[in-house]
Amino acid sequence: MEEATIKHQTEKKAPVHDKKEVVIEIKKLKKSFGTKQVLTNINLTVHRGENVVVLGKSGQGKSVTIQCIVGMLIPDSGTLKVFGEEVAELNEKELKELRIKIGFLFQSGALYDSMTVRENLEFPLTRVLKLKDHAEIDKRVEDVLESVGLADAADKMPSDLSGGMRKRAGLARTLIVHPEIMLYDEPTTGLDPITSREISELILNMQKKYKTTSIIITHDMECARITADRVVIMNDGEYIEEGTFDTLHHSKNEIVKSFFKDIS
Amino acid sequence: MAEEIIIPGWKKWLEDIGEQVSFFTRFVKNIFVGGFEWSEFVRQCYEIGYRSFMLVGITSFIMGVVLILQLRPTLVAFGAASMLPKTLSVSFVREIGPVIIAIICAGKIASSIGAELGSMKVTEQLDAMDVSGANPLQYLVVTRILATTIMVPILSVMGDVIGLFGGFLALNLRDHMSLSLYATKVLASLDYTDFLPAFIKTIFFGLAIGFVGCYKGFHSARGTESVGLAANSAVVTASLWIFVIDAIAVQVTSLLFYK
Repeated sequence: MEEATIKHQTEKKAPVHDKKEVVIEIKKLKKSFGTKQVLTNINLTVHRGENVVVLGKSGQGKSVTIQCIVGMLIPDSGTLKVFGEEVAELNEKELKELRIKIGFLFQSGALYDSMTVRENLEFPLTRVLKLKDHAEIDKRVEDVLESVGLADAADKMPSDLSGGMRKRAGLARTLIVHPEIMLYDEPTTGLDPITSREISELILNMQKKYKTTSIIITHDMECARITADRVVIMNDGEYIEEGTFDTLHHSKNEIVKSFFKDIS
Repeated sequence: MAEEIIIPGWKKWLEDIGEQVSFFTRFVKNIFVGGFEWSEFVRQCYEIGYRSFMLVGITSFIMGVVLILQLRPTLVAFGAASMLPKTLSVSFVREIGPVIIAIICAGKIASSIGAELGSMKVTEQLDAMDVSGANPLQYLVVTRILATTIMVPILSVMGDVIGLFGGFLALNLRDHMSLSLYATKVLASLDYTDFLPAFIKTIFFGLAIGFVGCYKGFHSARGTESVGLAANSAVVTASLWIFVIDAIAVQVTSLLFYK
């Protein structure tokens, strides 16, 4: 059974990005806040359909990288291209158009707490995609809630949901506009191991269903094992090593080994 | 050495002024962007207007009663007790009503908006709205500022009426005056130069209350403590703005109507 699982994992982790379109390209990216240099030299290429997991200690700038990708932060220097366009050079309209193609799942889920789950899901459909057909809106909401296993929670307020349900609802709200890229900011933080695993499997299933390209920021090794096609290790503001989960598991680098020391 | 300490403070202050101007410009621009959020605007009018009505009503009523009770001994001493309705109506409609009601609204509405938006910022809801491609300014800021700009003058007019009615009841504690006579005296003592400038300045009071609440909430820091600070700062700044606007309005009104 264990052998079968490992074989399945290895098959899934085989490089999937050869000859595929590059959707995110980051070269020599630097970002500092005041005197603190958070990103010193980030280089990363993400191909269409790929799941890249970024592992690193807290405070290393993992989230800063994805915030730069979505234009929330402007890098100090370097190249950051999404779909071939330099994000820092986009005007307001172009950035908005890009953001529609990018889903961002926040650590907390970031549900709008004055709205029900259904209203949260309807919000991007009516405000971003400008859909007016109520039948189509209802269908999309029902479909995505079904996908994340929250069909019964549509009319609940976010305050009535558990941590795992909030993450699912947040994921549903992000996926409802069918983004091409998904950025997950520590999607399993604060969850128990069983719920973390469920969320990790949900991320993988959603990636298959919606054919998204994903960057997953985490320090949850189980999440990385389940979701990653490729793992990137971040330390002191730069990516020090990358490869499949199994490759890095046997890395000689001491920093990389420290991440995998509790993994059997 | 002293300059090294003062310059960053001035720089921060100037940056804040610049940010406020930019925020106001974006607010104005977003009013005219397509897709006005009518349902959210109506909801905000209800939240801001209807839910503040009791507070404004009770406060105005008490102010009307207190003013009559305070004015009466002085006017009686001068044998001018019959001037009570006129004195109350002019002072209440021109100055006391709009300012007191605006201060009450600053305490209730600006703090509420500041805390709500500050809380949304802390819990990343503003970021989530922004990165989704939606327009948080249009949904959250335009609706709230326009709702306060419209509802504060309406609350102020209602507060004036309730305050004057409170004055009528207080007057009848010691003297006897019919409601119709009281109303006649009040209306005879007021003309458009009393009502119109006061009404116009309450529009600016409402604008300031909504703007300050939204600005402080939107620009709060990330920690939970910042939610309280945003609410507190919104009340203090909005109250200060009310007095500044009032001072300017008095000067303008004096130049235009009371030469």
